[in-house]
Amino acid sequence: MRKIAIYGKGGIGKSTTTQNTVAALAEMGRNVMVVGCDPKADSTRLLLNGLAQKTVLDTLRIEGEDLDLDDVVKTGFKGTRCVESGGPEPGVGCAGRGIITSINLLEQLGAFDPKYKLDYTFYDVLGDVVCGGFAMPIRDGKAEEIYIVCSGEMMAMYAANNICKGIRKFAEAGTVRLGGLICNSRKTDREDELIIALAEKLGTQMIHFVPRDNVVQRAEINKKTVIDFDPAVGQAEEYRKLSRAVESNKLFVVPNPLEISELETLLMKFGIAD
Amino acid sequence: MSENTQTTATPQKYELPISGEQFRDETAAAYSPKLGKKRKRQIIVNKVDDGDTVPEILANTRTAPGILTMRGCAYAGCKGVVLGPTRDILQITHGPIGCGFYSWLTRRNKTRPKTLDDPNYMTYAMSTDLQEDEVVFGGEKKLMAAIDEAVALFHPKAIGIFATCPVGLIGDDVHAVARAAEEKYPGINIFGFSCEGYKGVSQSAGHHIANNKVFTDVVGQLDAVKEGKYRLNMLGEYNIGGDAFELERIAEACGLTLHSTFSGNSVYDEFASAHTADLNVVMCHRSINYLAEMMEAKYGIPWFKVNLVGADATAKSFRKMAAFFGDSELIERTEAVIEAEMVEVEKVRSEIRPRCEGKTAMIFVGGSRAHHYQDLLREIGVITISAGYEFAHRDDYEGRKVLPTITVDADSRNIEELKVTADETRYHPRITAEDKAKREAGGFTFSDYRGMMPEMPAGTLVIDDANHFEIEKLIEYYHPDLICAGIKEKYVVQKQGIPMKQLHSYDYMGPFAGFKGAVNFYREIDRLLNCNVFKFAKAPWDESPELTATYNN
Repeated sequence: MRKIAIYGKGGIGKSTTTQNTVAALAEMGRNVMVVGCDPKADSTRLLLNGLAQKTVLDTLRIEGEDLDLDDVVKTGFKGTRCVESGGPEPGVGCAGRGIITSINLLEQLGAFDPKYKLDYTFYDVLGDVVCGGFAMPIRDGKAEEIYIVCSGEMMAMYAANNICKGIRKFAEAGTVRLGGLICNSRKTDREDELIIALAEKLGTQMIHFVPRDNVVQRAEINKKTVIDFDPAVGQAEEYRKLSRAVESNKLFVVPNPLEISELETLLMKFGIAD
Repeated sequence: MSENTQTTATPQKYELPISGEQFRDETAAAYSPKLGKKRKRQIIVNKVDDGDTVPEILANTRTAPGILTMRGCAYAGCKGVVLGPTRDILQITHGPIGCGFYSWLTRRNKTRPKTLDDPNYMTYAMSTDLQEDEVVFGGEKKLMAAIDEAVALFHPKAIGIFATCPVGLIGDDVHAVARAAEEKYPGINIFGFSCEGYKGVSQSAGHHIANNKVFTDVVGQLDAVKEGKYRLNMLGEYNIGGDAFELERIAEACGLTLHSTFSGNSVYDEFASAHTADLNVVMCHRSINYLAEMMEAKYGIPWFKVNLVGADATAKSFRKMAAFFGDSELIERTEAVIEAEMVEVEKVRSEIRPRCEGKTAMIFVGGSRAHHYQDLLREIGVITISAGYEFAHRDDYEGRKVLPTITVDADSRNIEELKVTADETRYHPRITAEDKAKREAGGFTFSDYRGMMPEMPAGTLVIDDANHFEIEKLIEYYHPDLICAGIKEKYVVQKQGIPMKQLHSYDYMGPFAGFKGAVNFYREIDRLLNCNVFKFAKAPWDESPELTATYNN
């Protein structure tokens, strides 16, 4: 089983990209599990066609110790196994600790048991690596491959670089490696060149350039992935390409994060329209 | 300390068998260069010039990670030390169960309700028992439920809520819950303390946090005046082993009206009306000088430092209290009490002193005790060759005169310093500025603390925030006859064959304050120093040094 975590700046399109990639892998016949690690619990909405999912932490509170795996795992698009960690309301408690509790509980309940013949587990993680809890999926070998969703915007690249610092920290002690950058296009100037250059500096690759297309939004309004909503559309093919690139990926590295000045230089070089 | 008694005068100088400088340098050499440099500023060979000037010591700074420190945490200082000994403020620890349990009566603070029906919550350890679920989803609801339960069961006058580390990390707002609870239960004074254990560098931060809240939310809530002449509060006396009972007895015998003790054997109403008393005397300077200062600024109550540990020190302190009120009847009565009490004290002292004379002690405890107990030991001829505080600041070592020169660092800035102004209606200076100036000119001191170092002989070692390694080194270098510290040090010391006296809990004894307390202490120290138990005890390896065994066949 390949264990993958998707990180990236908030609002960059992690959940959308993850679910579309997972849908493409499922279409190819792979067994995939998605673990949403966001207190908003919206990481599996498109795979479940909007089905409200009971989160692990809520179930734990209501059911107590007498908890069954079936209570928290729902089957979505083409058999994908969907889990949401859940977490507190904004401004209350500790969401990071919630993720730690949730992933530990899933392990104890045997969610990753070989009997499920999982080919992939995807962790969809909220935002930046803000604290120890949000780094949970990359600690102790829980996820071994990281893909960072970014765009040609400065803050997205800054976040990607920061996440690389987190990966580097845990890579030195464990098995986690960076698999590549996924560019989710915002149509900034020379965006592909910029992300390729950034990836090179980090010692990794741009694994795929996902162009911007409004069909993604239309599919989302219909609570579906693009592959589910309109399998024939061009954008669906883009996600298929991304999933094949992930499947055949062999480049796993310990990233070399950039200094801020290097990052700014890079942006100046590509970002300023002439 | 007592200048008129020959037997207990502080010697000017003490020569250690191995110089303090050598101890300091060799001990510091064992640390990393940076830490060694810092510890050298905290291990000071004492020197007293012009009766008052002592070397500067580094204090109230962070303990280096990895060091087995004697210190506690801010929560321990706030809940355990300052508020813990009061009996009818219902105290809820908002946190995991261990914080509440291990801060529950471990200092052996005693209390004595006036009637069987008087509330006494000290026999309960109350906690919200925070679980992982509340850490994730927030614990404010559980805290409110705990308050509901407490109100339903006990109907207390006041509830104090104490925040622990995880509560601070997850951002539970204990003050907001306290406000909401007060709206729900009008008539009950409910207040929270942001005393998360990680705040500050030691329990000292917790004392300050406790002082601030007690000052803003409790003192001044009740304008009822306690009947009686010569009304005073005793601050920084926590009734360990019944110390406050003994001091209450003496105060009553002298004719003083003890309005409130902060916080040994105390109740909420006494705290709430403490601003109506005319004098504050401060016992433990470190833990409660803030409250004394703030009460003077807001209500005009003067304060001075007392020491009620040691018979001579007790006599001196009660004489000063009588002198403050200046009434000849009070002064005569106080003298009569001292004379009567000293009969038994002298009798026991003269019997015990020859057996203890010249023995050496080391004291590492508190923010005042390491100072006060030197007087008590000196009364039976035991000399303190090294002493230090766990959590004191420079003023506790060098005296309040250094206050303007104490640097405020990031850690101390983190603890709120209240800006206090005179109360519009209730401020009235108990003595006029002229009277105060006149008394001071005559040698009477107010708002005073000379500090520990000016009262220790030159050549002795003063060590701030001492640790286990340094205690072992001290034993190796000087082999003292007695060490006084806390539970964490007890067995490290005893295993080396040296008698050890706990000055946090008194090892299940007491009282040690006042006159009867002094007698108890003399007898206890006599027992410790002159029993032969350690000489009789033989370690297994002393008797059969080699262990043999065979494997297989």
